[in-house]
Amino acid sequence: MALRTEPFVLNIGPQHPSSHGLFRLEVTLDGEVVTGLELVLGYLHRGIEKLAEGRTYIQNIPLTDRLDYLASMTNNFAYVLAVEKLAGIEVPERTEYLRVIMAELMRISSHLSFIGFLLNELGAYFTPLFYMFREREKILDLFEMVCGQRLTYNYMRIGGVSQDIPEEFLPAVKRFVAEMPRLVDEYEQLLSGNEILLARTKGVGILPRDKAINASASGPVLRASGVKWDIRKVDPYSVYDRFDFEVPVGSVGDVYDRYWVRVSEMRQSVRILEQALKQLPKGEVWTKVPGLLRPLRGEVYGHIEGPKGELGFYLVSDNSIAPYRFHIRPPALLNLTALKDMVVGWKLADAIVIFGSLDTVLGEVDR
Amino acid sequence: MLTDYGYVGLFLIIAILFAVSMPLLPLTLSLLGLVPKKPNPIKTSTYECGVETIGKTWVQFNFRYYFYALLFVVFDILIVFLFPWATKLKQLGAGAFVAVLAFLLILMVGYIYAWMKRVLEWK
Amino acid sequence: MTLIGQFRDWLINFMPEWAAYIVAFLVGVVAIIAFVLVMIIVFIYLERRLIGRFQVRLGPNRCGPEGIFQLIADSIKLLTKEDIVPAKGDFWVHFLAPIVTFAPALMVFAVVPFHKGVVLTDLDVGILYVVAISSISVVGIYMAGWGSNNKYSLIAALRAVAQAISYELPVVMAAVGVILIAGSLSLSKIVEAQTIPFFLLQPLGFFIFLLGSMAEINRSPFDLLEAESEIVTGYNMEYSGMKFGLLYLSEYGHTLAASCIITTLFLGGWQGPLLPPFLWFLIKVLLVFFVFLWVRSTVPRLRVDQLMAFAWKCLLPMALINLLLIGAQVLWFPKALPWGMMVVNFAVAGILILLWSRLFALGGGRVEV
Repeated sequence: MALRTEPFVLNIGPQHPSSHGLFRLEVTLDGEVVTGLELVLGYLHRGIEKLAEGRTYIQNIPLTDRLDYLASMTNNFAYVLAVEKLAGIEVPERTEYLRVIMAELMRISSHLSFIGFLLNELGAYFTPLFYMFREREKILDLFEMVCGQRLTYNYMRIGGVSQDIPEEFLPAVKRFVAEMPRLVDEYEQLLSGNEILLARTKGVGILPRDKAINASASGPVLRASGVKWDIRKVDPYSVYDRFDFEVPVGSVGDVYDRYWVRVSEMRQSVRILEQALKQLPKGEVWTKVPGLLRPLRGEVYGHIEGPKGELGFYLVSDNSIAPYRFHIRPPALLNLTALKDMVVGWKLADAIVIFGSLDTVLGEVDR
Repeated sequence: MLTDYGYVGLFLIIAILFAVSMPLLPLTLSLLGLVPKKPNPIKTSTYECGVETIGKTWVQFNFRYYFYALLFVVFDILIVFLFPWATKLKQLGAGAFVAVLAFLLILMVGYIYAWMKRVLEWK
Repeated sequence: MTLIGQFRDWLINFMPEWAAYIVAFLVGVVAIIAFVLVMIIVFIYLERRLIGRFQVRLGPNRCGPEGIFQLIADSIKLLTKEDIVPAKGDFWVHFLAPIVTFAPALMVFAVVPFHKGVVLTDLDVGILYVVAISSISVVGIYMAGWGSNNKYSLIAALRAVAQAISYELPVVMAAVGVILIAGSLSLSKIVEAQTIPFFLLQPLGFFIFLLGSMAEINRSPFDLLEAESEIVTGYNMEYSGMKFGLLYLSEYGHTLAASCIITTLFLGGWQGPLLPPFLWFLIKVLLVFFVFLWVRSTVPRLRVDQLMAFAWKCLLPMALINLLLIGAQVLWFPKALPWGMMVVNFAVAGILILLWSRLFALGGGRVEV
């Protein structure tokens, strides 16, 4: 039975509840089925890469906060690592541990908000989101203790961190680490077995292994497709080689795997936190670094495993106080390039969920 | 008996009047100057996430549940027959039960055929 | 004889027959509209506060004690809001849609028995009337979606039709199960027949009816028409002011109607020990509404093809089996043993639900393009 039907073009975004910021998906629909998809980016472009070329190395740290605003701490971390690599700066051991603690807390927080937003896009009417945000609040409180900020931390500095942790921080973070595994279990109990969630996510939006690699995807999106690739393991930075943790890997590469990988990563982050808190040494948190840093002529690429994937900074120095070239490898943007392959053929509702499963933050995509 | 239906008819009129009066309430308020009315092209444009609509909206939409709709009609007719049957089954006895069973079985053949032909899926 | 009828007969002593007829009717209608509006206000307030509780937050609590005046503030805002009509839309369809949606929600209450004899008109074809009237509102929703000339609304409108043609059947078949036992279509007689509430006698029918009603009134997890994460809010997107208010009211009006019908058909209506009957009715209605709320704040949403598959592949066969089972039991099961019937039916319901959950998975759904 062939009825004459017409496809029509629908804009999802820029002002859409599930667009995670300002972002536009130009979807061609045949009925409810997506037959074509075009990404329109750049609504949040602030020219951070160009701005950074006119500012000193230290002044650029706050700019990195504005990239992935749900995981500012790891952005700081990646940038200072790159600069330290460029200038050959060694940091005290206590600082390394503090950075790892902050990065792992940030990863948990980012994954929590991912799960909340994904469930919201699946239509769970905010309840999971609020539960996730309850825990995220605790992490934000911890960060507030450390640096006085809740969103844009600007905590890590070249050669150290801005200040040592206050004495109430350690008991608080230990309390959090102690209760977190139970909470993750609770969330898994509530969500992972839910029949509707399974029906909506299992087998939906499959990104095959080879396509994931071709698209240069990274982070949980890549690992969900079955590639065991975690910068913390394959190119250990900071003190990650001292911790014992596993890299959860999905099998199919569907939305459910992306969800599951992130849930499992939260458990691993808690493991890392436990070990880091046990090993945390005493001492200085700061190496002497000149305020106007002039690294020698050269170029460097520093990368870390951010919550969204491989976050890298490519810096070129011409021996002046500002970087000659400042390039960011944003994981969310590169993961987004695989979206079309995943979405075409699925329904409109799936398109939203698949987009949500990439955990895109537009601050990072548009820069 | 007839009074009952008369009440239904009257209630229909009242319900419609009540429903109509609700959107008309702001109109009376606007006479008092409480409700603004300042349309402009931007305000009355179609909302589509803040950008202009591409192409027309009233298209020949591919709704993909054509066969469901056909099956629905068939089963709806079945239901019309079920109502009187269900009301008087106790008095009618086993014969009526068997008759409806046969009726259902005939429909079931079509239903299962449709299921097996995979028209109960979106293609 | 209904209360309205008695009132009418008493009035005839003072005025001509037609006047008594109309006066009695008006009193009944005003009472019903007052009941509906008050209950809608209670529902909206409860929904906001309880969902707040479900979501570890407080909910609106600023206007008046415990936020009870929030809704008044909202209605003042809706009343004084500019009425924006999309320029490209169809003005008349856009204008009529809220009315067509709301009027049926009100009409259902003409046959709902609140108490023994307290019903506007005790129609002999009560259930048929309810089924017929309540499905009209889908037309209103479709009109709202189509008349707005908005792509999201259009998708919502077509989803509304999909939902209507899928869930009408299981719901009505579950209701036929009730008719089989009660032997009458009149809602009052059905309530009187429930010495044991019917949800105990036919649990499967009750679950099917509950789920189907949720879909018919577009509550979560079947709230595809207003899936805010997909189609923003769907059919009511281009509405503002009191027209939106009417759509909002009709949403809750239908919820209230569905709660009342479920209470009447399966939970024994006004019947109950100790407390006055009307109170029992209210308690049961609120209980059903609480279940709706609970589900809404707990589970994610189905996709539209899964929604249809769920109705056609799970609920419809189960409803047919339930229907035949109840029919056979009415004919051949010993009348003296209602408790035996209960046990059998609970066992059958459990087995069928388990079987279907094992056999059918609502996954998949990719279309080759």
